[in-house]
Amino acid sequence: MLLIPCPWCGQRNEDEFMCGGESARVRPDDPASTTDAQWSDYLYNSTNHKGVVREWWWHVNGCTKWFVIDRDTVTHAIQPASEEIS
Amino acid sequence: MSHFSIFSLARNALTGHKNWEKMWRSPDPKKEYDVVIIGGGGHGLGAAYYLAKDHGITNVAVVEKGWLGGGNTGRNTMTVRSNFLREDSVPFHELSIDLYHQLSKDLNYNLMVSKRGMITFIQSSAVNRIAMQMANTMHIYGAEYRMLSLPEIKQRVPIFSPSENMRLPILGGVYQPRASMVRHDAVAWGFARGADSRGVDIIQNCEVSGIRRESGAVTGVETNRGFIKAKKVGMAVAGHGSVVANMAGLRLPIVTQPLQAWVSEPIKPVLNEIVVIRSYYGTYLMQSDKGEIVIGQGCDPYASYAQRGTFSIIEDATNAMLEVFPSFSRLKLLRHWAGMLDMPFDGSPIISKTDVDGFYVDVAGSGGFKTTPAAAKTFAHLIARNESHPLTENLGLSRFQNGRLVQEGGVSANR
Ligand SMILES: Cc1cc2nc3c(=O)[nH]c(=O)nc-3n(C[C@H](O)[C@H](O)[C@H](O)COP(=O)(O)OP(=O)(O)OC[C@H]3O[C@@H](n4cnc5c(N)ncnc54)[C@H](O)[C@@H]3O)c2cc1C
Ligand SMILES: [Zn+2]
Repeated sequence: MLLIPCPWCGQRNEDEFMCGGESARVRPDDPASTTDAQWSDYLYNSTNHKGVVREWWWHVNGCTKWFVIDRDTVTHAIQPASEEIS
Repeated sequence: MSHFSIFSLARNALTGHKNWEKMWRSPDPKKEYDVVIIGGGGHGLGAAYYLAKDHGITNVAVVEKGWLGGGNTGRNTMTVRSNFLREDSVPFHELSIDLYHQLSKDLNYNLMVSKRGMITFIQSSAVNRIAMQMANTMHIYGAEYRMLSLPEIKQRVPIFSPSENMRLPILGGVYQPRASMVRHDAVAWGFARGADSRGVDIIQNCEVSGIRRESGAVTGVETNRGFIKAKKVGMAVAGHGSVVANMAGLRLPIVTQPLQAWVSEPIKPVLNEIVVIRSYYGTYLMQSDKGEIVIGQGCDPYASYAQRGTFSIIEDATNAMLEVFPSFSRLKLLRHWAGMLDMPFDGSPIISKTDVDGFYVDVAGSGGFKTTPAAAKTFAHLIARNESHPLTENLGLSRFQNGRLVQEGGVSANR
């Protein structure tokens, strides 16, 4: 059972959250000049790193805030990270 | 390789079972192979077996970082079925059932195939619609999938006694008679023995740490036992797909997620079929040949390589089970464990060439025990001929570029 540090509510049980996946995924700026391979990479591929990953979490059954944490996918150790969207 | 039979059993019984031959050699790696397969689970060992048997390619090594079947092959809940939604899925899974039903004989190795059948409970009109759609697709490929009424369920499963206050009452069921249970580690060992006897080198405790390439083509693998040269390299490392593909500079459309299972103490036979409750979450249970009730559900909802899972899955699945089988509240749990699934974006397996010449990937995906023989056979075909087997033409990586996904995720769960 993970305790996820919501920047608004503090440490809460993982059941209150949804994981939004890797935060490094960036939508290509100019679709017109983007190749199929680049789109496909953006849409479907992931780094899926074994180790510390920076990822989005959503406090969907709480304050509904989106925020970013660093989570180790082997040990499940979690550190808050600074990026956020409102 | 000595043949297993009633006579070999009797002969060895007379000598106190001390003279059984080793089932495979443990050779040192050669300097060079035609094909190196990374991963000694059912998929990798099976691919080596079919490379030798179907294509006459025997200068092959399987390299495994731990022991054979010690990954997900030895951790799964042994369920084999073909109730899928898409036209690319059904014939592929049907081939696997066909192969499983004849492999004990072909391999001269008892896979303990148990043809139990599987009942999925229908608890909403949406699930009913999907079940009927599946049944229609399956009938096109000759796979039987039929509706069961509540009295028919009760007749097959006498301990079925759903609570009257169930949130999603059970309206009926859908039944696949050919769904089976197959002894999981016997699959790895049977393929290993068959491959070894055809000349394949099986090398355990050999971890791949790099994939060497020259001008866009693979040249071999770096391992803790030195560099092994190879004309072709096939990857079948369920749970480590991204890690190994990354060694070849590739990114894959997968997320590695934990999948858990847990079993009760053994009890007398009460449950013949494999049953699925709340098919959206995929809570399922069955009784093993030993008498244990084996329980599982969908995977944990985030990436993890930890090989352990979150408690809420156990709690949730247990609640669902007790709504239908209240008498199981008295069962004591004996064991619990987790493995890892490389979940492709669309939930279907990936058997594919890659951008690196001579490097091929088999991503078992969500429920890759059931696909083991079909994946192994078609993967061997791809590696041997550098072209897809007709059944897996649409299961390659190109589907993520041309948009022709084989969407099974969210429709059918892992078991
Ligand atoms: C709890 C649980 C229940 C399941 N239940 C079912 C079920 O009922 N039905 C079903 O169809 N599927 C089920 N599955 C899924 C199924 O177990 C897997 O999809 C399948 O076993 C994958 O087989 P494989 O041979 O590809 O992988 P594995 O058996 O995992 O083999 C891969 C091997 O690669 C090795 N490896 C990894 N990295 C390296 C490296 N760098 N160098 C060398 N070797 C390496 C690993 O040690 C491992 O032995 C379940 C899975 C789990 C965890
Ligand atoms: Zn919050």
